[in-house]
Amino acid sequence: MPESIAFEIQQILPDIILSLVGIFILVAGPFVSKAKQSSLGLIGLVGVIAASLATANLVGNDGNYFSGMIIVDHFSIFFRFTFLLISGLTILSSLDYLKRQNLNLSEYYSLILFATVGMNLMAASNELIMVFLGLETLSISSYILLGVKRTDPKSNESALKYFLLGSFSSAFLLYGIALAYGATKTTNLEFIAKRILSGSADMRLIYVAMALMFVGFGFKVATVPFHVWTPDVYEGAPTPITAFMSVGPKAAGFAIFMRVFWVALPTTYEKWVTPIWVSAVLTMTLGNVVAIVQNNIKRMLAYSSIAHAGYILVAFASGRDDGVAAVLFYTLAYAFMNIGAFTIVALISRENERKINLDDYAGIGFRQPLLAASLSLFLLSLAGIPLTAGFAGKFFIFRAAIESHFIWLAIVGVINSVVSVYYYSRIIVIMYMKESPEEYVPVSISPGTGLVLCLATFGILQLGIYPDLLISLARVSVFNYR
Amino acid sequence: MENVLLTIVTFLPLAGATLLLAIRKDNLKAIRLLALSTATATFLLSLPLFFHFEASTPGMQFEQLVTWIPSIGVNYHVGIDGISLFLVLLTTFLTPITILSSWNSIDRRVKEYFIFLLLLETGMLGVFVALDLFLFYVFWEVMLVPMYFLIGVWGGERRIYAAVKFFLYTMTGSVLMLVAIIALYFFNGGTTFDYLTILSNVQTGKLILTVTEQSWLFLAFFIAFAIKVPLFPFHTWLPDAHVEAPTAGSVILAGVLLKMGTYGMVRFCLPLFSEATLEWTPWINGLAVVGIIYGALVAMVQTDIKRLVAYSSVSHLGFVVLGIFAVNQQGMEGAIYQMLNHGISTGALFLIVGMIYDRRHTRLIQEFGGLATSLPVFSTLFMIVTLSSIGLPLLNGFVGEFLVLLGAFKANVTYTVFATSGIILSAVYMLWMYQRVVFGEVTNERNKGLPDLSLREKFILVPMTLLIIWMGVYSQTFLRKMDSSVSQLLSRFQSTAVVLKK
Repeated sequence: MPESIAFEIQQILPDIILSLVGIFILVAGPFVSKAKQSSLGLIGLVGVIAASLATANLVGNDGNYFSGMIIVDHFSIFFRFTFLLISGLTILSSLDYLKRQNLNLSEYYSLILFATVGMNLMAASNELIMVFLGLETLSISSYILLGVKRTDPKSNESALKYFLLGSFSSAFLLYGIALAYGATKTTNLEFIAKRILSGSADMRLIYVAMALMFVGFGFKVATVPFHVWTPDVYEGAPTPITAFMSVGPKAAGFAIFMRVFWVALPTTYEKWVTPIWVSAVLTMTLGNVVAIVQNNIKRMLAYSSIAHAGYILVAFASGRDDGVAAVLFYTLAYAFMNIGAFTIVALISRENERKINLDDYAGIGFRQPLLAASLSLFLLSLAGIPLTAGFAGKFFIFRAAIESHFIWLAIVGVINSVVSVYYYSRIIVIMYMKESPEEYVPVSISPGTGLVLCLATFGILQLGIYPDLLISLARVSVFNYR
Repeated sequence: MENVLLTIVTFLPLAGATLLLAIRKDNLKAIRLLALSTATATFLLSLPLFFHFEASTPGMQFEQLVTWIPSIGVNYHVGIDGISLFLVLLTTFLTPITILSSWNSIDRRVKEYFIFLLLLETGMLGVFVALDLFLFYVFWEVMLVPMYFLIGVWGGERRIYAAVKFFLYTMTGSVLMLVAIIALYFFNGGTTFDYLTILSNVQTGKLILTVTEQSWLFLAFFIAFAIKVPLFPFHTWLPDAHVEAPTAGSVILAGVLLKMGTYGMVRFCLPLFSEATLEWTPWINGLAVVGIIYGALVAMVQTDIKRLVAYSSVSHLGFVVLGIFAVNQQGMEGAIYQMLNHGISTGALFLIVGMIYDRRHTRLIQEFGGLATSLPVFSTLFMIVTLSSIGLPLLNGFVGEFLVLLGAFKANVTYTVFATSGIILSAVYMLWMYQRVVFGEVTNERNKGLPDLSLREKFILVPMTLLIIWMGVYSQTFLRKMDSSVSQLLSRFQSTAVVLKK
């Protein structure tokens, strides 16, 4: 279609804004004194807001751009907003964290913005090369972010582990892409689907490509058995980055996982649905069961995030518009609760992240009632108690599963959420029902952190009490397939 | 249609809890007064529900319907009929009493305690008034949270174990019910969670489920309810929760929470899955009878009064289940009546145990003896409550148990014979306990000179005793209002069961 170049550029304006602001922060960094580093964060925040406005401007521009590399549809716009929200909240909660941990790194904020660009491009890609480019932009930024605590061996371990395994999985994905190209002579998702349908593709190659891409995406969203990196990486990373990693790349991974499988490979649904549900069952169960025995709260939340990927896979497997809408709803809801929870974990961990064991939460309940109440809310939401976003999200997921007659899968899912209640409530038990052995010194909450907690609380209650708005939006944001 | 009274009654405690947040932590007097006045106001506002309730109308009254989540067909739909009316009243009646009972015995984290208690009241009322399956589930689950905190923070020594056990046990049952609710929703076309709509589709044959489908759905609902009741063998959480909970928690648990299970059976299992009900009735009745006898036998050998009362609940609730699954007018009305009786009598027993505990800080039967000499008023009221729990004629327990047994006898003679032995056993364990605690010589020095009931404690026990006598002497006040709802439920049950049999 003959669009003017200016109009095409407008379709990636949010990403251009984020990149430019990121570069500006990078350049300006050395000229800003250590005490004023957080003003760079605020600039990043402005960038995120500007990008959100530019994203809002995309509504109604549905179509393929840049020779079909970029797609603008409701699905991508929904995810773009989710990612912008995630990076905004991460920046906000990092302002205070970096100061407390004595990490004065201007590139930190730029990297978050670059990672967001990567995620945005993943959600907006309609083509396998673009998928890979987006994924790598995201991955390379996150390798560095995980290791920003240069003097902390755990942070180094985290970065190195993610780097090695991440490159390995990228290779799998790339090999899958190559085979898909070999079989269909195109990397465009819709053309791949057409070639398969017309019978001109070599199906043996397609199946191998499918399996390889399954591994590549499975690694990004941390499904069993490709989850092994998660606990170590999450534990060693700076806590706001852990929060970011557990919601952002995961959501982006699911966005592209779903788009590739649903748009390019719908005719082979029967073939890939089995691995998806098997991996859903394994992921939920392993995540929840292993989380029970964790004593380090970051590791516990790492396993919990594996379990949550499992719930999302249930919706993925159920394969209907309702399933996809449930994923859209869930990734956003999950962003609120997990970022909220990790923000409090970061607060309570104090300098050098000393206090990250469950016992460090003893007696907080009545000493810092607001903090404990909001953490309880986040945990109850993660556990899926009604009137929270977590419940609404799970409800939509299981509803989609039952609609597609995956009743037993829904049963495995709900039983898993009972298991998860055990370890989430353990934290609540420790906060409210145990006394702290040593004198508890209250932590002070900075305005930025306070804002994150307020937004997360509001989001959880809003989505929990009145989910209609978002689920209606999610339902019209389902991509076209078949 | 525009009837907001039920909504006001349901959410007034929540409003009170919100107001409590604003009061300073150490202003104990204001906190207690505000909690008490909220609960009392809720009770007073719920009285018009009783007086304006049309006894001749079998359907829902005081209905209110507001769209809530239109995209999946969820409504805020509330209403009451002759069955739920009394459970609402029981809840609003017991809550101010429990607040009074915690007046002095709760001395730490008072503010949070009353907030949770009021939140719990809203949750419980919501369960009884909800007419939308989604809404019902929301209340059913949310209510667990305040109860969990009440047991876990203000409970006894093993409170954490008890709280977590309670939470996980009930949650396991209810998530399966959630799956069943969603499945039922899709069987019905996937457009609405409205209970009355689904019910009328079942009645008119628009929604026909095979016996297998019914059985699965029935079981998922039933197990959730059976855990809550608790029906043998799902009862193991109950003694722990009861013993560890603070007095008010036990009263609410026994008085209201357990009734949510039996209420659910009446409201959902019977009318929606009539065929499956008939299929499973023999098994359920069998479990109910085992529960009656087992609960009584275990109660007999307890050394802790509170544990004894807890096990007696297992036995008493067995009667309720037996009455429900007799599926006839007497059995059903008896069961509903027995729910109220148990709420009041066992609630009163827990309050009495609490009063003893406040005085002596022990609940072991062997520590007591001869309390009658130093606590005459207390002993008299204790006697009345004990007798009501046994089912002495002219007291409330008799009416309920008699009706249940009458109904059960019509349905199945053998079960009834065994169940009746439960009444004899209840006389054994209750009277034996009463005798060891109240009569005889004062064996323990420390029991001498204990103060008799204070004015506050009289305010707690006297209304309950009066109600016990009233319900025993003139049960018509209450039965009259439930007649038409119960007979409609049963005629619907018979008609669908017949339709399906053809």
